[in-house]
Amino acid sequence: MKLLAYLLTGIVFGIALTKGEAVTWYRMQEMFHFQGFHMYGIFMTAVPTAALGVWLLRRFGKTADGEAVAFPPKQFSKGTVIGSLLFGFGWALTGACPGPFYAQIGAGLSVTLVTFAFAVLGTWAYGHLQKYLPA
Amino acid sequence: MDILYKPWPWYVAGPLLGLSVPVLLWLGNKRLGISSTMRHLCAMVAPARIPLFQYNWKAETWNLVFVAGILIGGALAGGVFANPEPVAVSEATRATLTGWGVSNQTGLVPPELFSWASLASLQGLLLMGAGGFLVGFGTRYAQGCTSGHGIFGLSTLQWPSLVATASFFAGGIVVSYFVLPFILSL
Repeated sequence: MKLLAYLLTGIVFGIALTKGEAVTWYRMQEMFHFQGFHMYGIFMTAVPTAALGVWLLRRFGKTADGEAVAFPPKQFSKGTVIGSLLFGFGWALTGACPGPFYAQIGAGLSVTLVTFAFAVLGTWAYGHLQKYLPA
Repeated sequence: MDILYKPWPWYVAGPLLGLSVPVLLWLGNKRLGISSTMRHLCAMVAPARIPLFQYNWKAETWNLVFVAGILIGGALAGGVFANPEPVAVSEATRATLTGWGVSNQTGLVPPELFSWASLASLQGLLLMGAGGFLVGFGTRYAQGCTSGHGIFGLSTLQWPSLVATASFFAGGIVVSYFVLPFILSL
């Protein structure tokens, strides 16, 4: 029942995201205006913790199924810059990224369903326009 | 049991978020990524013969289950055990927001700006509609979001993710400094 393990990992992630206030519009504006350390503290502890965990896992372990730890690398494209800038624009407007959308909806903020629906629409629109955009 | 309702400092939330990366790799060589679930939803509901949505989304069920967990986590931490106090942002941020006319600074988002009623206003449409659209469009074009690039990509030392994360911030800073104040003045 590995799906249960993914669910539990998601629950812990969602709790940390919400209790860490990374799902609030207010913390995002504080971060973009360099008026507080909170969000930078989250990134600056999350990334090294993840890096150390991955290093230990690769050095000493295998996956739960006994496989070698391996994953396809991230590819660079023009979208890495253009798409990321566009996402950044939306991040500041909504004060949230995809993870917080789910957490906000769970927290009972029903209007985030609208923001999320527009995000899915944006994803779908990208699928349509992909062949016309610089890759 | 006051402590259950209190927000967590960054040095508790950050490491816990980071731990999800090795945990997902250990569970099944899964890469932390959340914006990908919106692609799966498109593939599931309306693939419309678009190449981006032609793949076996059922093989990505774990990803959908993971975000269902985030939803439950949000319900627990932001519903059942919600912090009743306004988010403790810095005084400087309070002043900036008040200067924008955002006087009600309670909840997760400003209630006057993000509500069903405000959808009928230009401000609401720009913040929720255009903002949401840009998040979905941009993350797919960038092939990742704050989790996939900002946490997973950076922690596995992938340089495209560094470019992406720097660009996320550049875009966010420009809009937060120059565009948001304008929208809120409309």
